[in-house]
Amino acid sequence: MNKLRGAIHNIHAADEGRRGRDGTVHPLARLLVALWYAVAVVSFDRYNMAGLTGMLLYLLILGIWDGISVKAAAGRIFPVLVLTGIAGMANPFLDREIYWQFGQTKVTGGMISMATLMMKGIFCAASSYLLLTETGMEGICYSLRCLHVPKEFVTVLLLTYRYLIVLLKEAERMTQAYKLRAPGQRGIHIKTWGAFVGQLLLRSIDRAETVYESMLLRGYHGEFAGKRFRWEKGVSICYVLFWGAAIACLRAVPVFELAGKLLL
Amino acid sequence: MLSSCSGAGGKEGQDLEKIKVENLCFAYPNGNQVLHNVSFCVKEGESVGLIGANGVGKSTLLKLLVGLADGYQGRIYVDGTAVEKRNLAAVRKSAGYVFQDSDSQLFLSTVYEDVAFGPRNYGCSEEETERRTMEALRKVHLEDLRDRQIYRMSGGQKKLASLATVLSMEPEIMLLDEPSIALDPRNRRNLISVLNEITAAKVIASHDLDMIRDTCGRTVLLFGGRIVRDGRTEEILHDKQLLEENGLELPLGLQRRGAGPD
Repeated sequence: MNKLRGAIHNIHAADEGRRGRDGTVHPLARLLVALWYAVAVVSFDRYNMAGLTGMLLYLLILGIWDGISVKAAAGRIFPVLVLTGIAGMANPFLDREIYWQFGQTKVTGGMISMATLMMKGIFCAASSYLLLTETGMEGICYSLRCLHVPKEFVTVLLLTYRYLIVLLKEAERMTQAYKLRAPGQRGIHIKTWGAFVGQLLLRSIDRAETVYESMLLRGYHGEFAGKRFRWEKGVSICYVLFWGAAIACLRAVPVFELAGKLLL
Repeated sequence: MLSSCSGAGGKEGQDLEKIKVENLCFAYPNGNQVLHNVSFCVKEGESVGLIGANGVGKSTLLKLLVGLADGYQGRIYVDGTAVEKRNLAAVRKSAGYVFQDSDSQLFLSTVYEDVAFGPRNYGCSEEETERRTMEALRKVHLEDLRDRQIYRMSGGQKKLASLATVLSMEPEIMLLDEPSIALDPRNRRNLISVLNEITAAKVIASHDLDMIRDTCGRTVLLFGGRIVRDGRTEEILHDKQLLEENGLELPLGLQRRGAGPD
């Protein structure tokens, strides 16, 4: 199934892409900056769309700096846009106070709050995507351990990520086998869904158990001794200080609003 | 029961026993008795082939040796340590296990990361980890592929990488479950030459009797969960009647020789 193959490919491609960008910044520095950014984004008032728009600069600069494909990022973030849109769709009906009026077009508070909600969701998702692309799940888990997050939680997070690939590969294998014996059929017949999902889970559990056994046989003892990251202390500190200050400035100063006033 | 520590190829009483299995019986929780009163030992540097038809207990026996299955009766010692829950870390440090399915063995993103996983878990410094990893990759001739993504590798390369993940732990004993399965002739030959260069004691469970001939001086034949013969590989693999009685056939190399013109 193409979608499954695509999903597997995306995970591998993210791993592969990240390898080329292994830098000198400690993953914890990146995680802290991403968290600080999320806090700053969420803290905006629901009607402060102009101020919130300024937070886009962080994503743009970091994305361009790291050579992240906008198209690929947009594809990953789109589901968040839909979800936040659904979450905020009641706002225009509940809050009808008019904020702006351009001729016949009226912009209500509900519309603005819905838009800011969607922007907040997209910005946070984009920031997480950048973090994941830059640092990888291993880097994030490593950072969480540096922050003394319980190892059980971190291990579950990392293994879930690893087993996701196992699950997808099993699903791909099964759908291929099904399609080869059901020519002309679109998708999997509803009658087969129960058995298919059951088999998929059982096979995935089997595979996951073997992977776990393989880890145990190579000394795994609950602490994931994965990749060791190369980083430079000075660069990491500068990274945190620079972006910490930049995000604080973007939070305090409505950049686009000021730019608009200067131009007009 | 025809099994003992004085099997062919050993220098009786002089060699160190790396694996010692005594009166091993094992049944799965559903009551299926897989192994009956199995006893054998493997000495330092010895290479032992474990052969038998499907379902005779080869893989189960290998798994028991590294404590992946418990609830057995009898005694198992690996490098002098009893295979018990409290000793598993020591046992697994001594004995490396190569899975039949390379995709189960390799779970990290790059070859280097996967091969380095074991040494890191055993607390090696980064320098030591790198030394062991590169040494293991050199042994399997994959040093040029250290940064290769696992999913971009061929089946043969994955098998060699699986071997390297175990070699990097510098084990005293290597247990290999069907190592030549799904390999083309060239990769199979490559694997055989790599296996022959490994000096650690080896137990190789396989249906590939030709590979057993090329890699093992001694062979243990299992049938119905019992050892029916333990002896020199050349003797066992030339015994057509014995093999056929136990669900096997002569190795292809010997069949061709028999069928060919004189």
